[in-house]
Amino acid sequence: MNNLDKIIEKAASNERINSSEALTLLNEAELLTLAELANKKRQHLNPEPVVTFVVDRNINYTNICISGCLFCAFYCPPGHADAYVISKKELKEKIEETLSLGGTQILIQGGLNPSLSLDYYIDLLKFIKDNFPVHIHGFSPPEIAFIAEKSSLSLKDTINKLIDAGLGSIPGGGAEILVDEIREKTSPNKCSVDQWLEVMKTAHNCGLRTTATMMFGHMEKPEHIIEHLMKIRNLQDNTGGFTAFIPWTFQPDNTRIKVEKATSVEYLRVLAVSRLFLDNIQNIQASWVTQGDKIAQVALVFGANDLGSTMIEENVVAAAGVKFRLPKEEMIRLIQDAGYAAAQRDCFYNIIVAVHGLKLEIGK
Amino acid sequence: MKYTYLDKSLNEINDKVVSGERLGFEDGIALYKSNDLIGVGYLADYVRRKLHGKKAFYVYNQHLNFTNICLNRCLFCAFSRDDGEKDAFALSIDDVRSRLMERINEPVRELHVVGGLNSSLSFDYYIELLNTIKEVRPDSTIKAFTAVEIDHIAKVGGLSIEETIAELKKAGLEMIPGGGAEVMSDRVRKKLFPRKIDSNRWLEIMEALHSAGLTSNATMLYGHIETLNERVDHLIKLRELQDKTGGFTAFIPLAFHSQNTRLSHLPSTTAFDDLKNIALARLMLDNFSHIKAYWVMIGERLAQVGLSFGADDLDGTIIEEKITHMAGAKSAKGLTRAQMEHLISSAGFTPVERDSFYGKIG
Ligand code: SF4
Ligand code: SF4
Repeated sequence: MNNLDKIIEKAASNERINSSEALTLLNEAELLTLAELANKKRQHLNPEPVVTFVVDRNINYTNICISGCLFCAFYCPPGHADAYVISKKELKEKIEETLSLGGTQILIQGGLNPSLSLDYYIDLLKFIKDNFPVHIHGFSPPEIAFIAEKSSLSLKDTINKLIDAGLGSIPGGGAEILVDEIREKTSPNKCSVDQWLEVMKTAHNCGLRTTATMMFGHMEKPEHIIEHLMKIRNLQDNTGGFTAFIPWTFQPDNTRIKVEKATSVEYLRVLAVSRLFLDNIQNIQASWVTQGDKIAQVALVFGANDLGSTMIEENVVAAAGVKFRLPKEEMIRLIQDAGYAAAQRDCFYNIIVAVHGLKLEIGK
Repeated sequence: MKYTYLDKSLNEINDKVVSGERLGFEDGIALYKSNDLIGVGYLADYVRRKLHGKKAFYVYNQHLNFTNICLNRCLFCAFSRDDGEKDAFALSIDDVRSRLMERINEPVRELHVVGGLNSSLSFDYYIELLNTIKEVRPDSTIKAFTAVEIDHIAKVGGLSIEETIAELKKAGLEMIPGGGAEVMSDRVRKKLFPRKIDSNRWLEIMEALHSAGLTSNATMLYGHIETLNERVDHLIKLRELQDKTGGFTAFIPLAFHSQNTRLSHLPSTTAFDDLKNIALARLMLDNFSHIKAYWVMIGERLAQVGLSFGADDLDGTIIEEKITHMAGAKSAKGLTRAQMEHLISSAGFTPVERDSFYGKIG
């Protein structure tokens, strides 16, 4: 038996694989072999044939950012003509609309805006919580690290203040690739790997659940992808605070990194290896925002058990030229067509509405 | 094969596939109904690899639609217009010449030439069309006129099918695209394309073309109102004709796009269905050499995945695709050679640029 076959056997028997084994799989295994292994793992960890989704809205409270990441098509430097900070009126309308569409949470994220203080964030959270029964999934680690630094508070104190004001969970954004050598090239002003992990660890210790993401397909090599997964897995062994992992591909349009967009096969391979390697994270989310509805559906047999958000609004990826939209009914149709039951979930992956009766006969 | 089928009904099919036994109607239905997408993919991939290894083909081609005026007005068609409608068009021979000249510096190997059934075009027009293309592009292969058009051209010329084919061949016709059969079912035909020739006539014309030494492709339009039985029947009819003539080169499953058609209420096909159609074709059509993942219809991202589900050909680079884009396709209108090669090699396959007859270029 050659090395690859041994690793395949090991993965198939549900044993934990190490970094070098994961790298071999990522580089050498056949696409359908990866699918088979990832699907097995998915069935082991999530035996119910259910695919979940969440109805929420992504609200970007400001696009002003001093970080200037090379891959970002969304931000504006302070003073730019298109720069904005959301008004309460607009925020209110967006949340009202989200709730009226059956939404249960908002994902609120923004740039690293030097004119906003901790008080702004606390006020923002309180305003939302005082007015709406909605879960707030907000502020990725770079924002939290930035707020803490600006207010000269510890991460722990900052996070606790945000929790007191109504923060419900933290999105795993801003991770990109958790390897400093790559971050120095793509996002030199953003928080370091250690800071990112420290925010997550602190949040988990303060009782907040978070997701983790990975954006690949820019300057990284396969080894860096595996290193990223390793850091996430190690932290998860420690805290158990990650609810889900969401890999997605860099969208190069309108950015300053000129590369070929990662292809769907590359995406599916990384997705499958993520499912295999992150044996301690319950959920893997497919990224239809970056992959489109077709590849998102295929992702359901490459380890994904969640289709993420119906995304009423998505500015960051849309600014990079991607315009995939997937309304709830369409999401349900894709899930059922793939042979799964569809269910709407909350932020903690609890099922809140199981969907019946929307089954469409395809081809009969 | 060492895959453990989640759908146990695939075990029996697996045995047949491995031993090279031909799959029957029931096997086709079981494959379509299976939710074990990876299992279905494994089977198709097994056959694909035996035939083509890691090779994946593409052609540097150009589409030329000479008229969208059509007598048939099939319900699923977003391309056709009535004569006199505001965006109706018919290219003059000079227009055709200048369309070709616009791209004359590109290494186009194949011209894919199709149009509507336009009663104001004479028999001579078709002959001149072919002559002109041959004159401007002597080294490219002309793949032109579906069986539906051949039938129409014969009527226009007052000639038999055999005479028509002989004339067209003399003028430079070398290959026939696979369109026009849609799904070979009288029920579907009555509802969606009542004026188009029926399946018997389509098969008859294909047979005549093959007998005259021309090769052709075959297609199936799926994702509208057809049933699984009708799909499998369609594949079996193609397989039977292929047993007889051996004239089919490639099969292309065509995913229906409903936008701007009179069936716009129908949802688009899903990736599962698209991949199954590719895989089913590879498994049922054991006497066809090539199965295409037609990226224009299913998107380049899914077509790439299709290479692991039985497809060995991504069709062409295509310049200015019209027919599917008029029905709302979101795929690119053309791919560069570099994009095509990148799609193939990043999927783990070896790109092979081919001519119309699957000869390797370069
Ligand atoms: S990715 Fe985030 S941190 Fe980087 S420039 Fe964009 S908004 Fe700022
Ligand atoms: S599908 Fe072909 S025959 Fe039917 S209306 Fe369109 S162009 Fe005419």
